[in-house]
Amino acid sequence: MNAGVTAPPVDLRIDLAGVELDHPVLNGSGTFDAIAALRTFGDEIRERFPFSAFVSKTITVAPRGGNPPPRLWETPSGLINSIGLPNRGLTGFLEHDLPVLATVPVPLIVSVAGFSHEEFATLVRAVSERGEVAALELNVSCPNVKSGCIVGTEAGEMGALMRRVRPLTAKPLIVKLTPNVSEIGPVARAAQDGGADALSLINTLRAVAVDPVSGAPWLGAGSGGLSGPAVRPVALALTAEVAAATELPLVGMGGIQQGRHALDFIAQGASCVAVGTESFRDPMAGKRVRDELARELQFRSLRRVHDARGVRSTS
Amino acid sequence: MSTPVAGAIEGPRTLAPLGRRLCRVTGRAGVGPYVLVAAADPDGPEPAPGQFYMLSAAAGWGGESGRPHLGRAFSVCRTREGRLEFLLEAIGPGTERLAELEEGDGLWLVGPLGIGFTQPPAGSRALLVGGGIGIAPLVIWAEALPGPGLSSRLSSHLSLLGFRSGEYAEAADLFPGHVLVATDDGTGPNAHHGLVTDLLERELAPTDVVYACGPHPMLEAVRRICVARDVEAQLALEAGMACGFGACFGCVVLTRTGFRRLCVDGPVVRAAELAEEWH
Repeated sequence: MNAGVTAPPVDLRIDLAGVELDHPVLNGSGTFDAIAALRTFGDEIRERFPFSAFVSKTITVAPRGGNPPPRLWETPSGLINSIGLPNRGLTGFLEHDLPVLATVPVPLIVSVAGFSHEEFATLVRAVSERGEVAALELNVSCPNVKSGCIVGTEAGEMGALMRRVRPLTAKPLIVKLTPNVSEIGPVARAAQDGGADALSLINTLRAVAVDPVSGAPWLGAGSGGLSGPAVRPVALALTAEVAAATELPLVGMGGIQQGRHALDFIAQGASCVAVGTESFRDPMAGKRVRDELARELQFRSLRRVHDARGVRSTS
Repeated sequence: MSTPVAGAIEGPRTLAPLGRRLCRVTGRAGVGPYVLVAAADPDGPEPAPGQFYMLSAAAGWGGESGRPHLGRAFSVCRTREGRLEFLLEAIGPGTERLAELEEGDGLWLVGPLGIGFTQPPAGSRALLVGGGIGIAPLVIWAEALPGPGLSSRLSSHLSLLGFRSGEYAEAADLFPGHVLVATDDGTGPNAHHGLVTDLLERELAPTDVVYACGPHPMLEAVRRICVARDVEAQLALEAGMACGFGACFGCVVLTRTGFRRLCVDGPVVRAAELAEEWH
């Protein structure tokens, strides 16, 4: 670009599986609690909400207290968590949480997890009929108690789940993929073939922390999941793999801290990105990543987010 | 696991400005083996005593080994003319980096966070019980309580402080009003050789309200003593935290109504609300 020539403004708006978003930066499920943020920061969080859509913490049919502490362990450039999906359960969510989340001025995506296809069906049916909900995300990193296997690790399980829940709603279904697989492509394709509207990835990488004194597992539940910058290269590789295996829009995430990292995920095939662990360090990280991404695009004279596909961030 | 999630708790809470803000370190002083770091926070509100902040150094956070990565939670120890003061003990990568901050260095700060101590009813005496680095939130609380009377019995508050040794007990000088000190090895001027909870057993009167912060075994002893004597106790608890504002669900403590996040529904928790097996 010649000096003195102003680049045209960047249009960050994006359509994610039919949900109109002002920009491509969402939150990762379970990494931002809009209700607790309201209690901590007050109404300003509504006025300057850092994400273009709010993805809820995963809800289950029955209430869950979550795993026994300790639940956290800091690693080099990362964090292992073992939270265990604490939530009020479906009824509690619909009664208490949803009315508050509906006051957040961005589309609401509700993350759900079932321990059987029936539980998934119950959740999808009940959540999708609520007008406040724009889309659902299926957390398939939990075990199916009937088959004993984790849905997101088996293409056959993935396809069977989609066949069960797809007919239950016309709302967009986003499948959150787990990285803890030998091959992610077949699972992603099974989700696509089963009627998923979009895919998000990655969930955390299975990880263990060792108590430095006793040598026993540190986390109350034994093992947990690794997130943060430490997993970013893994997430980028899996994003590229899934982009090659499917035609679905992707929400890429894993250690995104800056706009440049978001651009890397888009370059690898993501349409949107999500910020997770970085929000723990900086509650407004989502907004910062959005602003930095706009500057990265403008710097490259790219007008829209999808123009960045295949673009190298390190130019 | 069927333990429910406890409902939202309210208490003295000053809302935090949204997001993190970059502050300047204005001073650093040794207090025995502890370090008191002061930072100017011109855009922040006055915190309620017992509230905390997430701190991270603007430079050198991440060290040579990728840690510290996340912020570290610290109760505010004192405020002085728009400055926040935090009492630190260098015991790991986060506290080591924070304890070496110098005047002029940048400090990222989110807060004030959580809920603080609730005032004792009129006519009752506040008995402050602190252990080691846990004395920090009791300093700002002691300063907020009415001034000392002639004797500790007639005073509005009395502080009981426990330390490893007389060297650490120098931090007792941070407290206004009447102070009694216990040290593990008996060193230090006028120190009781033993546990701070020995002093609590001796001094506790039926009309007291106890405010305590310290290591969890000490807090469990305080809880047991106060529950047995039917005295209200408010405990400032600690847990590893990733975010400080309710996002990560990492900092839970077990209460009688289920797991409670210390960052949004604490860190101050009434002793009677804790489950027997909380610690």
